[in-house]
Amino acid sequence: MTRYFTEDHEWIEVDGDSATVGITHYAQSQLGDIVFAEVPAAGATLKKGGDAAVVESVKAASDVYAPVSGTVIEGNDALEGDPALVNSDPEGEGWFFKLTLSDSSELDSLMNAAAYQAFVDGL
Amino acid sequence: MNAINQSGWKPEMGNAGETAPATYTGNKALMLEEALIFEIGTAATTGVDLADAPKVAARLGNLERHRDIGLPGLSEPETVRHYTRLSRQNYAIDLGFFPLGSCTMKHNPRLNEKVARMAGFADVHPLQPVETVQGALAVINELAMWLIQLTGMHGVAMTPKAGAHGELCGILCIKAALAARGDPRSVILVPESAHGTNPASAAFAGFSVENIPATSEGRVDLAALTARLGPDVAGVMITNPNTCGLFERDMKAISDAVHAAGGYVYCDGANFNAIVGRVRPGDLGIDAMHINLHKTFSTPHGGGGPGSGPVVLSEALSPYGPLPYTARHADGHYTLIEEETAQECHPHSFGRMTAFHGQMGMFTRALSYIMSHGADGLRQVAEDAVLNANYILRSLEDVLEAPFADSGPCMHEALFSDNGLADGFSTLDIAKGLIDEGYHPMTVYFPLVVHGAMLVEPTETESKATLDQFIGALRSVAERAKEGDPSLKSAPHHAPRRRLDETQAARKPVLVWREPEQLVAAE
Amino acid sequence: MRYLPLTPSDRQAMLGAIGAKSIDDLFVDVPAQARLDGPIRGLPNHASEMAVERHFSTLARKNMTASQHPFFLGAGAYKHHVPASVDHIIQRGEFLTAYTPYQPEIAQGTLQMLFEFQTQVARLFGCDVANASMYDGSTACWEAIGMAGRITKRTKAVLSSGLHPHYVSVAKTMAQYTGDTLDTALPDLSANTDSVRLLDAIDGETSCVVVQYPDILGRIEDLSAIAAKAHEHGALLIAVVTEPVALGAIKAPGDMGADIVVGEGQSLGVGLQFGGPYVGLFACKEKFVRQMPGRLCGETVDAQGKRGFVLTLSTREQHIRREKATSNICTNSGLCALAFSVHLTLLGEKGLRGLAQLNHALAVQAADRLTQIAGVELVNESFFNEFTLKLPTEARPVVRALADREILGGVSLGRLYPGTDALSKGLVVAVTEVVTSEDVETFAVALQEILA
Repeated sequence: MTRYFTEDHEWIEVDGDSATVGITHYAQSQLGDIVFAEVPAAGATLKKGGDAAVVESVKAASDVYAPVSGTVIEGNDALEGDPALVNSDPEGEGWFFKLTLSDSSELDSLMNAAAYQAFVDGL
Repeated sequence: MNAINQSGWKPEMGNAGETAPATYTGNKALMLEEALIFEIGTAATTGVDLADAPKVAARLGNLERHRDIGLPGLSEPETVRHYTRLSRQNYAIDLGFFPLGSCTMKHNPRLNEKVARMAGFADVHPLQPVETVQGALAVINELAMWLIQLTGMHGVAMTPKAGAHGELCGILCIKAALAARGDPRSVILVPESAHGTNPASAAFAGFSVENIPATSEGRVDLAALTARLGPDVAGVMITNPNTCGLFERDMKAISDAVHAAGGYVYCDGANFNAIVGRVRPGDLGIDAMHINLHKTFSTPHGGGGPGSGPVVLSEALSPYGPLPYTARHADGHYTLIEEETAQECHPHSFGRMTAFHGQMGMFTRALSYIMSHGADGLRQVAEDAVLNANYILRSLEDVLEAPFADSGPCMHEALFSDNGLADGFSTLDIAKGLIDEGYHPMTVYFPLVVHGAMLVEPTETESKATLDQFIGALRSVAERAKEGDPSLKSAPHHAPRRRLDETQAARKPVLVWREPEQLVAAE
Repeated sequence: MRYLPLTPSDRQAMLGAIGAKSIDDLFVDVPAQARLDGPIRGLPNHASEMAVERHFSTLARKNMTASQHPFFLGAGAYKHHVPASVDHIIQRGEFLTAYTPYQPEIAQGTLQMLFEFQTQVARLFGCDVANASMYDGSTACWEAIGMAGRITKRTKAVLSSGLHPHYVSVAKTMAQYTGDTLDTALPDLSANTDSVRLLDAIDGETSCVVVQYPDILGRIEDLSAIAAKAHEHGALLIAVVTEPVALGAIKAPGDMGADIVVGEGQSLGVGLQFGGPYVGLFACKEKFVRQMPGRLCGETVDAQGKRGFVLTLSTREQHIRREKATSNICTNSGLCALAFSVHLTLLGEKGLRGLAQLNHALAVQAADRLTQIAGVELVNESFFNEFTLKLPTEARPVVRALADREILGGVSLGRLYPGTDALSKGLVVAVTEVVTSEDVETFAVALQEILA
């Protein structure tokens, strides 16, 4: 399994031709207390860079973009009842959705953990 | 001596050093806690005496209500006390300085309230025959004339209910004008620093919204804007003076460029107070601008509305304005142009935006204010508003970062950022510290283009002594934030409530009161 | 210039502190050709309080007021007696001159009032939740149609012919730009509503059905069948209430299956004011709350655990969501909501029930009296405090002739539906608790004479 990161502060962990997507620890720390998350339904078709999910704190709303194109397998229903999971465990239990990749070459443009860390440090 | 101090009454000062114990009631002398009407009222109580209903056979279509509504009642004395106690938990202009940027919290003259309550205006129905409401139509028409002359525009749409409704009106005029010439332009350009309503209004009308960048001095980037103009651009929405508190020097050039490219110019008039009587937007090439009567023209904010947002229009857009409107005839008689006569009098109107004729109660108040000031007084309004804001900007720029201080004088509001505060301290802490000092905080975190923005709009109705005390207080609080005074993190200490948990409110919304047993049953 | 505290010496001192020579230095960014060199010519200069008041008194006298004449107008705005304490409370400076409660620690008065208001509106309408108010009933009605579109992801709205024509016009204006289709019709001057048409029109493309209750002619109809059919097809029922006092006597729309209930709150606490400002009421089922437009007040606790209130779910709104907001609206009608809430608190359950009974009984008596006039027919089988008469002649000139006799005798359908001959004989008559039996008699006698 390999984990990639985007400049929009999403992480994607790839396992074969499927993957799990969430927002990074840095992103949740910038947003503050998450109060609501809307995740895509199974079967939704996502396009790389397109709107995939919504995450809201008290005073901010952000779109979560699809890091790669694909079809949604499952949204994380746990976030509906407990959006705070995004704060407490953004890169684990607080994942947003799983999808099947339609073009794994899209991963090539993403960052690895070290590159993302350097990117965040430069902000 | 006889009967030495029979009552035993010997006033004493007590020990001022003791800390206050918690009270039995939770009250703190004049600061009174108040329960909800649902907790203190009952279904059997009423504060209104009614005549008994005559006995008749009901004709309610067999839809008589049998279930209780669940409305508690209070007697009149309890009602007056309930709301009076609630009122005392509010900050208000009548209590003190309220420098909320872009909201223009100026004094609300009581003459306005008096004239609005005259029976001839307050107690007339919107659908009375027009012959019976000539005075009301005259008020609308007189205010319309003032707004047209003060802005140097061609026409005015009076019905929009608030600023955002006015924006929508202006955008719909642009949409209608484009449709009339068969032009499918679909893009509205909006500066990054705009009020959120601007893109929301444009999106509602079906336009796509693109941001225009600002220059480092806080103004619209004319070159970037001009480069983006083209056959797909319907128009621009610009706030002038802008939300950074600066006058858009290039406004006329922007208008000319937009017009040359076939588009229209919408101006957000939220900040008209800075220029009323000194600049007419019509001279800057504006096609449409809403005027918040509750800002520039002193109608009360009422704890969040009602507002009123008439829109002045250029000659190009006037034919498309909404119904209804008033018309004055040569003999001094007024008529109302509604759907009935629209075909002959106003055939290109985009339609109706609201039932009836707009915010009459706000028109009387605004006209009362405008007549009180007159042409000379309104000019003085703008001058004093701008003078007060610059005084605050220059008095505090040494302690708070003013990102555009070098861009020239500000207009009616002074903008600061959170740069330079101690680690872990934010604009929010400064705002809450000001509450303890007895002020309503300035607008915070707006405009979005400045980190931790603090937007201070003093208005013209504040004295120099008030400004001097506020400057001292904000300096003191800012210095605490820069030094990292931990007590500031828990401010406010002296308000009716400490900081409220907005996260809990949003995660588990409780929007109506429920009986405690209902709550238990629900869980 | 009584509203300006700065003195000439203050101004000089402040200019000095700023480092400006004159006030003109502060306006240097205004292009020279746009600077006005003095007060705008042709406009009067400042005026004394007395002079301004005198001007308004002169204009006010040119209007015929509801209280001083027999008065029977309704059609979306109603004359009720407003207790004196309502106006006293809304004139307290702490309510009147406060801003939107964005700093909750010093705005608990407004916030608690809004929380109480939301609960009152939700209960009155038979809904789970309500917002902190909208501009007015007509704009609330359109916002509800838009909300139904977001929820159902459909664009066809079916509007009852009994919906106030101004509300229909507002919806038509807005629908031009949003791509929604509106299925509309004109009412018949009969006891029958168009519920059959509505039931026929509902299909799998329908986002919502919009029904006014009581409707523009005053008719009352059970909404349950329409709700059931709408729900069967995945559509929502929106009920519109322009006379909330009616709900003291008849079932709440929410109890008949309405998903969203909106209304005009003017008739409680607010007064006629020639059409505005009024207060839009907006309530719905809890599951739709995130699609609701407008401000919402919610309960929470402060840092010491004390109950308090804040504006919440604000990420739906334009100041955060910008072009993706649920609505471009950024205000409510706070002071009118306060007036509504105070009046409803004074009434309570008992008072509202009593007021509603009184209104209905007086309306029944007036309808009986007016239909004694030869040629005057009652259109309605059911009504609350407003009914429609069919006159033997066009109603609009009759209304004008009544006004000449200083009687404000209802709203002609010719005013509301200009050019529709089939409706021109209709006269909508509202009878509230302010109408006396003498008023009814004066009206009846005059109407009889005019029709003779």
